[in-house]
Amino acid sequence: MRHGVARFVTGFLALPVALYLFYVIWPFAQAAGYSVTDWGGYSDRQQFVGLENYIRLFSDELIRKAFWHNVFFLVTVPLFTIALALFLAFLLNVGGREDRAGIRGVFGSGLYKVIFFFPQVLSLVVVAVMWQQIYRADELGLINGVLMKIGLVDPENPIAFTNDPEPFLGVPAVLWWLLLIAVWSGAGFYMVLFSAAMQSIPKDVFEAAILDGAGRFHTFFRVTLPLLRDTVSVAWIYLGFIALDMYALVFVMTPSQGGPNHASEIFASVLNFTAFQKGQFGYACAMGVALAIFTILLAAAQLRITRRERIEY
Amino acid sequence: MSTVTHDPGPVGPDLVPPARPTSARRFGPGGRRPGTQVFNGFSHLFLLVWAIMVVYPLIWVVMSALKSDAEVIRQPLSLIPETLRWENFGRAWTEGQLGDFFLNTVLVLAGSVTLTMLLGSMAAYVLARYEFPGNRLIYYMFLSGLTLPIYLAAVPLFKGVFNTGVVFPPLGPNKHLMLILVYVAWSLAFTVFFMHSFFRTLPNAIAEAGLVDGASHTRLFFSVMLPMAKPGLISIGIFNVLGQWNQWYLPTLLMQSVDGEPKNQVIAQGLIDLSVNQGYKSDWSGLFAGVTMAMLPVLIVYLVFQRQVQSGLTAGVGK
Repeated sequence: MRHGVARFVTGFLALPVALYLFYVIWPFAQAAGYSVTDWGGYSDRQQFVGLENYIRLFSDELIRKAFWHNVFFLVTVPLFTIALALFLAFLLNVGGREDRAGIRGVFGSGLYKVIFFFPQVLSLVVVAVMWQQIYRADELGLINGVLMKIGLVDPENPIAFTNDPEPFLGVPAVLWWLLLIAVWSGAGFYMVLFSAAMQSIPKDVFEAAILDGAGRFHTFFRVTLPLLRDTVSVAWIYLGFIALDMYALVFVMTPSQGGPNHASEIFASVLNFTAFQKGQFGYACAMGVALAIFTILLAAAQLRITRRERIEY
Repeated sequence: MSTVTHDPGPVGPDLVPPARPTSARRFGPGGRRPGTQVFNGFSHLFLLVWAIMVVYPLIWVVMSALKSDAEVIRQPLSLIPETLRWENFGRAWTEGQLGDFFLNTVLVLAGSVTLTMLLGSMAAYVLARYEFPGNRLIYYMFLSGLTLPIYLAAVPLFKGVFNTGVVFPPLGPNKHLMLILVYVAWSLAFTVFFMHSFFRTLPNAIAEAGLVDGASHTRLFFSVMLPMAKPGLISIGIFNVLGQWNQWYLPTLLMQSVDGEPKNQVIAQGLIDLSVNQGYKSDWSGLFAGVTMAMLPVLIVYLVFQRQVQSGLTAGVGK
């Protein structure tokens, strides 16, 4: 019997573990190894250079830029997406008629949920190519076209969108335009998530609040929102990962994948540029390891900060 | 998980119970608070504005795909084409190679989604329900893949695939079978994580009864436990189909031509190529047609299975 179990366990695990080791774990381990060499990627010549690559990271102007751009997305993507999603969920669930049956969800809330979720099922690539057309810097672009028609934008001087490295509020404008796309495509998903969480709060909680004389705004901010804390903090962590992975947008939408003039570089774009354009694989791997450590620390920190006693109901 | 399977019916949740005497007394027989109408109107206005912001670009892309090139340039904003030019789709399908992209994507996904589900639930099941030395180690090994950035592995992964291809060509760069196995490996982390927690919740009594009745462990898994995990399988299945359909980084990295043979591109990769390399330089309507064709199947599947898709995708986060 024991022998049978061992054979069964091995048989079930062998293939998935082998695939995972070969295609996921082994490349990661190798990357960590290359990060202490000066391997160029095309030759077989590689020399051990110790921590030199890592030390170089700290004085690299491009990396510093990319780091702050990553931090920008890390703060703004979750902040704006969650704020908008909560606001939409609030309107959807609290904004309806108020009658003898209580405060209802707004009319047509089911339809709104279906529509708001659309961008989530679209590939980031489709979203990016589509927005590239919306953002076109001439009268063919959706936004420029509309604004020129109503006379708000001078046809000689259209909005440059992702070609615009000029700082806005201290951050290159191109990053704000990319942020808009990220929020556009994420808000609906988190709205559905928050909506579902709101509906799982038992009704007697609201009953008690109403009996105590709370209006819908008070009920939302004093009762609903605190009870959503768990869901919001999980959403924050997920959006943090998404924010680190803005590469698809940068890749498709910005000139020379990180431009103009490196105004939209993020870790991933610098890494790819260093590895495949400049042919410095060892150095690129060091960037990757740094990014991985950064990600893990961040996830741990977020888990720590957002952890609180769970409210059971 | 259970929190997201609520009926998202046409009317939202009743936030308060049916009878509410206190409030009715305080605000008169109608039970209406002052400002309700204004607030209600504001809700509708804002929701409507956001709905238009979501839907309008999508409709604009579809409609532009039906215009002639001249019309795209002359009247880029109009939503109604002068004549519906369906031939744009035909041109994108053949000359734009979208037909090839679709075929490649479907071939790869047929293999990779099936294998991901099978291998993922096998590993998750064993890890969740059998005690053996190394169990935690393997589980955490799978979990670690959720936090590591894929770009870190890019260079060695390509090198590994390239070297494998020298020994065994079907697993080299630009091969469907290779991409299937890579997709499976990279999808395992989340699939195992998700199904692990699912198999944990299944009752022990049924498994024991099965064993007492003389079923082997393998048979127990395939004919008892797997069917019981069906809701979880549907969720993670939808998640994997969408995730792998939309995957662009791995194919861009691995489906490169090595000896100058044409690339076997999948849909997301192909669209990037068309757009970044301006392969459609003068063919705007063709590019719009390509985007439309990549977008519509997913949207239609979503509209048909919207409840399952919503709960499937939010289940992973909402746990």
